[in-house]
Amino acid sequence: MRMSELTRADVAHLAGLARIELSDDELDKMVGELGIILESVATVQNAPIDDVAPMSHPMPLVNVTRPDEVRPSLSPEAALSGAPEQDQQRFSVPRILDED
Amino acid sequence: MSQATAEATLPFEEALAAYDPVLGLEVHVELGTNTKMFCGCATAFGAEPNSQVCPVCLGLPGALPVVNEKGVESAIRIGLALNCEIASWCRFARKNYFYPDMPKNFQTSQYDEPIAFNGHLDVELADGSTYRVEIERAHMEEDTGKSLHVGGSTGRIHGATHSLVDYNRAGIPLIEIVTKPMTGAGERAPEIAKAYVATLRDLLKALGVSDVKMEQGSMRCDVNLSLMPKDSTTFGIRSETKNVNSLRSVERAVRYEIGRHAAILSSGGKVTQETRHWHEDTGITTAGREKSDAEDYRYFPEPDLVPVAPSAETVEALRATLPEPPAARRKRLQSAWGYSDLEMRDVVNAALVDLIDETVTAGASPAGARKWWSGEIARRANDAGSDVPTYAASLAVTPAHVVELESLVTGGRLNDAMARQVWDGVLAGEGTPTAVADARGLELVQDTGALQAAVDKVIAANPDVAQKVRDGKVQAAGALIGQVMKEMKGQADAAAARQLILDSLTN
Repeated sequence: MRMSELTRADVAHLAGLARIELSDDELDKMVGELGIILESVATVQNAPIDDVAPMSHPMPLVNVTRPDEVRPSLSPEAALSGAPEQDQQRFSVPRILDED
Repeated sequence: MSQATAEATLPFEEALAAYDPVLGLEVHVELGTNTKMFCGCATAFGAEPNSQVCPVCLGLPGALPVVNEKGVESAIRIGLALNCEIASWCRFARKNYFYPDMPKNFQTSQYDEPIAFNGHLDVELADGSTYRVEIERAHMEEDTGKSLHVGGSTGRIHGATHSLVDYNRAGIPLIEIVTKPMTGAGERAPEIAKAYVATLRDLLKALGVSDVKMEQGSMRCDVNLSLMPKDSTTFGIRSETKNVNSLRSVERAVRYEIGRHAAILSSGGKVTQETRHWHEDTGITTAGREKSDAEDYRYFPEPDLVPVAPSAETVEALRATLPEPPAARRKRLQSAWGYSDLEMRDVVNAALVDLIDETVTAGASPAGARKWWSGEIARRANDAGSDVPTYAASLAVTPAHVVELESLVTGGRLNDAMARQVWDGVLAGEGTPTAVADARGLELVQDTGALQAAVDKVIAANPDVAQKVRDGKVQAAGALIGQVMKEMKGQADAAAARQLILDSLTN
């Protein structure tokens, strides 16, 4: 069980991936709190699961599809109605930093 | 502003003397379905911004995706055409990343359970040899939205103050086709890369699953390349050049990256694992972001979509719909049509195979079909910036027109020069070949009396030439035929004129 070995760098990396800005204090705090959460969750690893297939879907269904037929879309006005900013009938978003 | 500065490169031959390239290609194909992969929004190209979006493809809370049946069928057909095994059970996965081109903050893709895997595609090279490209996998996913970067001077992200996003493309079905690393290609690596993409494009077109227009982005190619020293079998660090979107660019990008890697390695440096941007204008690549590890995408099974589990019967039924592979079809048709290798290559390059096939099936001779579809109409299509099939369709000129034109010649109504005039009329929208010939009064003179009179006149005017023919120099009759045709204002059958001249001079 390695989850309790969560490091400060791990948390900083995850925060970066999740685009969450954490201060140094918050990072320190999260290392401890996330470590406890992971340890708690890790108890499920003690369950006897040798004969149990992993389950990603609770319903025993496969091949649920729809025919390739066009259905009405939202109007552009409706689609954009929840956007904090819009311009030229497009969603306006902050520039993407340091990536191209 | 990105600095498109060229890095040092080693000359191609020098690079290959020291290193073996290892090549991998990832091709994304937009399927030509009517609707998106997980919702019923239309997929029309060029629609007004954000007019083909709904709660599912906008990632609004509570929206639930449902898989497009045709998308799965197309994926399986592509897999079968690439000689892949088809998964009997597989799932979609969420690829998590934050980027405004996907409003859900993840892309629905497949991770370790692709629908198709372990295939191959044989690629013909210019020297007639064949290289087998091994296919790692083909998986289903969805396209992203399109961003306009505003505020920068070049439309690129650098210097932009904000981005404007149109989600019409978000959710359009994509199939990503990934090769296994290709080794042993050596100096042929650039050619193999180009030939693979060209062969794949033809195959996907024949399958009818995509319009495969690289210039419109419905087929996009990423080039992965690394070098290893000649005596090594350990792969080097690779670069991934994104969005290399023409056949010629695929070849150039491979060449460039071979030279760039070789320059770094030969000077004792280390290649950075990163994505690279291809610059079509200058033919170079520049550094993009450092490549994320797969674990950074935190893939997990998509809980909102149930697994895809095609039965063996379904797979076999789809296999039965596969067309004849394009390479095999070209070989068969070339043999049936009696074209030389050069003639066939020209016909293939001009995208005339289907049109000629239809025309020959409709009753024309293979030689006639090739002649009429590749002469004047090809020149006009080129002027219009189009290819012949598209141009002919826009003019409503059909294989039946060619059949009719040819029958007017073989039936003796028109000679070749007249047939060309009639074809001009057909292309100008004057109607069917018969209608054009009628309207323009084009018809060979069938009156042998008038032809004989012209022959007599020309013989009388050219006693020297006539004597040569009498003395057995039959080829001298050519000069007389020309004059007879002139006398007849072109409306005579040259073969009949020749026969009359010979009859007059040898009897």
